[in-house]
Amino acid sequence: MKIGIVDYDAGNLRSVETALNYLGADYFISSNQDDLIKSDKLIFPGVGEAGYSMRVLKERGLDNLLKDYFKSGKPIFGICLGCQIVLDSSEESNTPCLGLAPGISREFSHSMGLKIPHMGWNQVKQQGKHYIFKDVPDSASFYFVHSYYPELRLPEYGISSTEYGITFTSGFSVENLVAVQFHPEKSGPHGLKILDNFIKGLD
Amino acid sequence: MLQKRIIVCLDVRDGKTTKGIKFKGNIDIGDPVRMAEDYYRQGVDELVFYDITASSEKRGIMIDVVQKVAEKIFIPFSVGGGIRTLEDMKKVILAGAEKVSVNSAAVLDPDIISQGASHFGKQCIVVGMDVAADKGKPSGYGIVINGGRTPVDLDAFEWAKKVESLGAGEIVLNSIDADGTKEGYELQLTKMISEGVGIPVVASGGAGTPRHLVDVFKKGSADAALIASMVHIDGYTVEGIKEFLKKEDIPIRL
Repeated sequence: MKIGIVDYDAGNLRSVETALNYLGADYFISSNQDDLIKSDKLIFPGVGEAGYSMRVLKERGLDNLLKDYFKSGKPIFGICLGCQIVLDSSEESNTPCLGLAPGISREFSHSMGLKIPHMGWNQVKQQGKHYIFKDVPDSASFYFVHSYYPELRLPEYGISSTEYGITFTSGFSVENLVAVQFHPEKSGPHGLKILDNFIKGLD
Repeated sequence: MLQKRIIVCLDVRDGKTTKGIKFKGNIDIGDPVRMAEDYYRQGVDELVFYDITASSEKRGIMIDVVQKVAEKIFIPFSVGGGIRTLEDMKKVILAGAEKVSVNSAAVLDPDIISQGASHFGKQCIVVGMDVAADKGKPSGYGIVINGGRTPVDLDAFEWAKKVESLGAGEIVLNSIDADGTKEGYELQLTKMISEGVGIPVVASGGAGTPRHLVDVFKKGSADAALIASMVHIDGYTVEGIKEFLKKEDIPIRL
């Protein structure tokens, strides 16, 4: 079992790496699509700006890698920006994105009386029982830091929701793709459990 | 619902933790990596490492500390102290810190805030503000730099609005007057700044009992509270403080 981590200069790459080391996962970090396509599972991390990040992905041919990987049926885990970029588009710099999941990344509004970014620990209410939440209590808190949130066109893909002014989708799953808006690599033992669940999968 | 955060601050000099009283007479109290692990196990929400190393040749030690912390604790942490350039920021972020904190350097060169935000994202850039009461300033509070020693010609409220507009993702608001007193946070100042900006505000300086944290969340509208000597020296645990806050209906992660 080899986990590939997509390197596109995203901000939390190092944190994901240290968490995987701690979990004893067999992984490699790469920006090379020929190497990444050979992995058994893919982690698509991300902290950054959507427009810039899509440009970097395209320059490295990683936009096509992600689309091919999705079609291959092998598991993909998107984290934070990685959860927004898999949607059709983002309101951030009006960026067309990968279109693996039907939806758009919307901006939180100060008009809702909210502080932005949404930063800190917030509760994640599970919908259904996705395998990445195995042995994770419902409504446990996870660490968020983001100014945009995923809005699905088909809400039935949602696996969790979180409240911040509005109720937004904080996790979703479309076929072999699962994505979360929070940072499991920075959410203490429950976050590590989610990463471990993805690594170990359904077996 | 978004929880209020408890942040433990560790002052580090030459790779060892200290806690200062009114920024003077620091005493050595331990190994920052081991202390970070202890607080992580107790359920702290976030950590801040403040590098007070005086000599530039020993600054590399801090990067080593940051790397070791990043390997062992899986919650966000920030690093401040002596960060003046994009290169300084890059070093601590690559070592594994989520956020960098600039203080005096931002007062002397506000562009560092916008440069940092555009390179690393605004969520990475924390601006630390050392504030002292000053009747001569419009808001009644002024900014001081160099560890609280030097007043500058800046109104605290105007500076907070300015750092927000330059791209700061968070403000750590430290009251020089309350710091080290253990008599409670400066509630009036915290409320004014926290309700006046659209980014999270971390209250700092003055915490002596869990009641002080209740007050700064309820009356001071703080998004997070920084504590240090309460847990380093006075025998409180993060768990105990959180249980107290929960009983007082403060939304907190247990």
